[in-house]
Amino acid sequence: MDFEPKITTGSTSPIFRQIVDQVRLAVAHGRLTEGNQLPSVRALAERLLINANTVAKAYAELNAAGVIDTQAGRGVFIAKPRQPYSAAERRRRLEPRLDALLTEALHLGFTLDQIAELLRERARRLADSNSSGKSS
Amino acid sequence: MTDAFAIQTFELTKYYASTCALEQVSMAVPQGKVTALLGRNGSGKSTLISLLLGLIEPTRGSARVLGEDSGRLSPRTRGRIGFVGEGHPLPGFMRVRDLRGFQASFQPRWDDSLFATLIEHFGLLERSKASSLSRGQKAGLAMALAMAPRPELLIMDDPALGLDPVARRTLLEAMILNTRDAGNTIFFSSHELTDVERVADQIAILDRSVLRVCCSLEMLRARVRRFEVHVALPREVDLASIPGLLQARRLPERIEITALKHPGTLNRLSTLSGGAEVEELPASLEDIAVGYLTESKNRVSLLAATAAEVTQ
Repeated sequence: MDFEPKITTGSTSPIFRQIVDQVRLAVAHGRLTEGNQLPSVRALAERLLINANTVAKAYAELNAAGVIDTQAGRGVFIAKPRQPYSAAERRRRLEPRLDALLTEALHLGFTLDQIAELLRERARRLADSNSSGKSS
Repeated sequence: MTDAFAIQTFELTKYYASTCALEQVSMAVPQGKVTALLGRNGSGKSTLISLLLGLIEPTRGSARVLGEDSGRLSPRTRGRIGFVGEGHPLPGFMRVRDLRGFQASFQPRWDDSLFATLIEHFGLLERSKASSLSRGQKAGLAMALAMAPRPELLIMDDPALGLDPVARRTLLEAMILNTRDAGNTIFFSSHELTDVERVADQIAILDRSVLRVCCSLEMLRARVRRFEVHVALPREVDLASIPGLLQARRLPERIEITALKHPGTLNRLSTLSGGAEVEELPASLEDIAVGYLTESKNRVSLLAATAAEVTQ
């Protein structure tokens, strides 16, 4: 239960949206994995000093998206990852990002091999920071 | 109580002689939620709160508070309402422990351990005289006296006014503590938008005696947009013709506009700017509040007006 979102006030992003985004990011990067427990609505609201309804709204959205699982009387847990998209759809969603990355990288003078190596290196660093940074 | 509203007002109007302090305010404050009342100084916030508590009589219209007419609240209903007045007025000659004993004697639901915890967190001593307290301590004592009776409805008139950051944080904690009971309602006025963003479910905005907004923070954010036009428009271009305009800031190289989300806004901006790039962005609570509270004559900002003189 050491994961805690950080919120910013005065932002154009509503507080509930900041919580949703940070939980999704932590799951995508492996900082939160299936079965990890999140604080209760009330506990998180009191730690972040925000209205409990805001946390409830964030959790409701994460529940609906299948990211978390709220078990009555037990708590809030990261759900088993589910893959709602077909293989073709997954490709279709990734391709625009790949195009943008390639365009930028080739413009900056990187070769395809260098790009591939940079991607691998970046992924290794993310994995390392996840295993060492869990207590933060 | 049959309705799910802690407070309802019906065309509530108050005149002081011929001066209008509140003009036909109709609003509903949902039970179990935190509602923040925003508005500039002199916009009628304190008048509205005084009317809700039955401290003054409306000129026209009415208000229901916890299901009763605000002008005829029964002692029992009064006991269910906690109130923190503007500037935290307290009888200066009394000591903290006297005020505690006095309040506890006629509050049936008085929670003495809550009172003790609150005064400790605001750095108060039992023997302190109310007149010797700092602003933060006064706020703490006023909060403790209002919260210890476990009110279902807590009404506060600008409780954060003049508090240092530490006292303000403790005040925020006390408000969140009050919401632990999910049925409790808070209605408070404030200028501290970061605190409002943290605790409020609902936002009401009073602008020169008129209620402009009363809805959820989420709905308010969905309703208002910021537009950036990347071109310096000639001064004769009339920004007031933009549908739903709340505020426009002219800068030397662009114009920033806060406006209601309206299908015509983007079109109108494109036309005005001769097809220049127009960006639509979400607005922060501060953008929204400033947008609603800016008087029409100031809609082109002071700095931009000055910059325009320089460039000519």
